[in-house]
Amino acid sequence: MTEVVLAAAPTQMLAERRRFRVLRKLAAHRSFKIGLVLVAILVLCAIIGPMLTGIDPTAMSIRSRFKPPSARFPFGSDQYGRDILTRVLYGGRLSLSIGLSVALISGVFGAAIGVTAGYFRALDPYVMRLMDALMAFPAILLAIGIGAALGAQASSIVVALSVAYVPRTARIVRASVLVIREMEYLQAARVSGAGDLHIIVKHVLPNCLGPLIVQLTFIFAYAILAEAALSFLGIGPPPPAPSWGNIIAEGRDYSVEAWWVMLFPGLAVSLAALGMNLLGDGLRDVLDPRLKIET
Amino acid sequence: MAEQPLLSVENLTVQFRGDAGWVNAVEGVDFAVGAGECLGIVGESGSGKSVSALSILKLHSPANTRYASGAIRYGDRDLLTLPQRRLRQVRGGEIAMIFQDPMSSLNPVLTIADQIMEPLRQHQGLSVQAARRKAIELLDMVRISDASRRIDDYPHRLSGGMRQRVMIAIAVACRPRLLIADEPTTALDVTIQSQILELLRELQREIGMSVILITHDLGVVAEFAQRVVVMYAGRVVETASVPALFERPMHPYTEGLIRAVPNLDEDVHRLTTIPGSIPDPSMSITGCRFSPRCREAVQSCLEKPPSLVDAGAGHLARCPPRIAAGGIS
Ligand SMILES: Nc1ncnc2c1ncn2[C@@H]1O[C@H](COP(=O)(O)OP(=O)(O)OP(=O)(O)O)[C@@H](O)[C@H]1O
Ligand code: SF4
Ligand SMILES: [Mg+2]
Repeated sequence: MTEVVLAAAPTQMLAERRRFRVLRKLAAHRSFKIGLVLVAILVLCAIIGPMLTGIDPTAMSIRSRFKPPSARFPFGSDQYGRDILTRVLYGGRLSLSIGLSVALISGVFGAAIGVTAGYFRALDPYVMRLMDALMAFPAILLAIGIGAALGAQASSIVVALSVAYVPRTARIVRASVLVIREMEYLQAARVSGAGDLHIIVKHVLPNCLGPLIVQLTFIFAYAILAEAALSFLGIGPPPPAPSWGNIIAEGRDYSVEAWWVMLFPGLAVSLAALGMNLLGDGLRDVLDPRLKIET
Repeated sequence: MAEQPLLSVENLTVQFRGDAGWVNAVEGVDFAVGAGECLGIVGESGSGKSVSALSILKLHSPANTRYASGAIRYGDRDLLTLPQRRLRQVRGGEIAMIFQDPMSSLNPVLTIADQIMEPLRQHQGLSVQAARRKAIELLDMVRISDASRRIDDYPHRLSGGMRQRVMIAIAVACRPRLLIADEPTTALDVTIQSQILELLRELQREIGMSVILITHDLGVVAEFAQRVVVMYAGRVVETASVPALFERPMHPYTEGLIRAVPNLDEDVHRLTTIPGSIPDPSMSITGCRFSPRCREAVQSCLEKPPSLVDAGAGHLARCPPRIAAGGIS
């Protein structure tokens, strides 16, 4: 009976089922699932949460300063009497967008630079020397410098962190390209008359996508942590608009009396970083098994 | 081969960038393949077979390769000096190539369909539907059963032999005039090997293409080729028609290779191999490059590089002492 059904299954469906192989493996991966759930909850909260509370995150109220967590202020209130829950929800929008932007920008530029260096070997020494020079600075120091130069605003954090992470991404992409370029299917594509652009788009990029995606999830996590660190150092997104980083930074002077001001955004940062890391681990196991053997 | 050959490689010297400057990987290589003919190229590992074959389509990476001399004559064109755009039309369209390792010749992230349709769409401008129909026909042609289902598979679902069939389907998709097969069966089981070679022979007849078959195995050459080129240490040491080569090998190296083929007529397999190994391309040897391994070397062999001499009837060998003695050892 089953055999008949299988034989009758249209080829299209079989092909599609194979295409979902990766998804099925991911669905069976425990830490990937935990990470995905964590990240999904945080993202959902950031998107729809602010609509639900209906409170202005910047609205001050002298009378309700430093209220500990209660029914009215589930996460407590800060020195201006603002609702921490609302601020954490809004802050998630900014912090997660910073993480996403840094990951996307590092991904695009890192891939472009890594493919250029790995594929066009003549350019490689120059490009990679420049990347090495950038990588010689610790990411946070580089970000502090750029952030200081561009002024304290969300976009300069994005630029600063992207500059810091592009070389690392480029390095990883280049390493995969160096492996891929020795594969006979590239030679075979050249034999059938394909040009460089076609080869890059159709053969090189898709084959280094796995390691790239893995790297980007980790960059997403780093960027959220770095945003908090930079805010702490006073070069994060400026108040009063909340980000997880600047809520923590503003709360630091009162950390003993009003622990809740720092605790909840701190938890959000940790959960986001943890979630992205778990997600990244899962993706790495499924998309890039080579890395697993090495570590 | 009285009339003009389909393709001829003339005095080809290819250099790679080494630690101490440019090193000749192959030097002064000459051979030609006629229309519809099968030319075998044999030689030990490292003798320059692949380097020569890849040069025909100028496939070496330009960053560390130099075509120091020579020409690849194809019709009235020289493929080495052809502009990139015209060269790309020849690749795949008129001259196709398959490689040794069918495991890495197919892109793991694309389906078989994607990969067979690529040259069809590129060179023949077929629509997606037409290319897909043609691709299924091609899979049938290379005897892949259940082609219309198999075509949507990813390469990892296929065995090595099947992948090599797919590679062949891709190679012959545009009915090339010449197929270069660089050790197409080395990575496969013996039974699969003969099936693949049989398939190549049938396709050659069907399409009327020429084949350059690169192999370690003189037995394969004996069975499939009409002419043969023997390479050693980056040089052609002997070239002849297949019967002439087996009947009267002129070069001691060729002789050694023939002796190394297990002789099925005899009860005892006398498998002799040539003692020693091929010299590294960067090693400088003044005289004959085979002289360190040659039992017949005389003083003159060590003094200057021997040239390829015609011993009559298109049988050339790079061994002056032998030719002077009439080819008999
Ligand atoms: N890209 C390259 N860069 C430097 N040297 C190379 C390169 N490709 C080949 N060589 C050298 O050129 C010589 C000839 O190699 P080639 O690959 O043509 O041998 P082959 O006859 O095809 O051997 P095999 O039977 O193992 O395939 C070898 O010494 C090899 O080391
Ligand atoms: S030229 Fe001399 S060394 Fe070289 S193969 Fe002939 S006899 Fe041997
Ligand atoms: Mg080879």
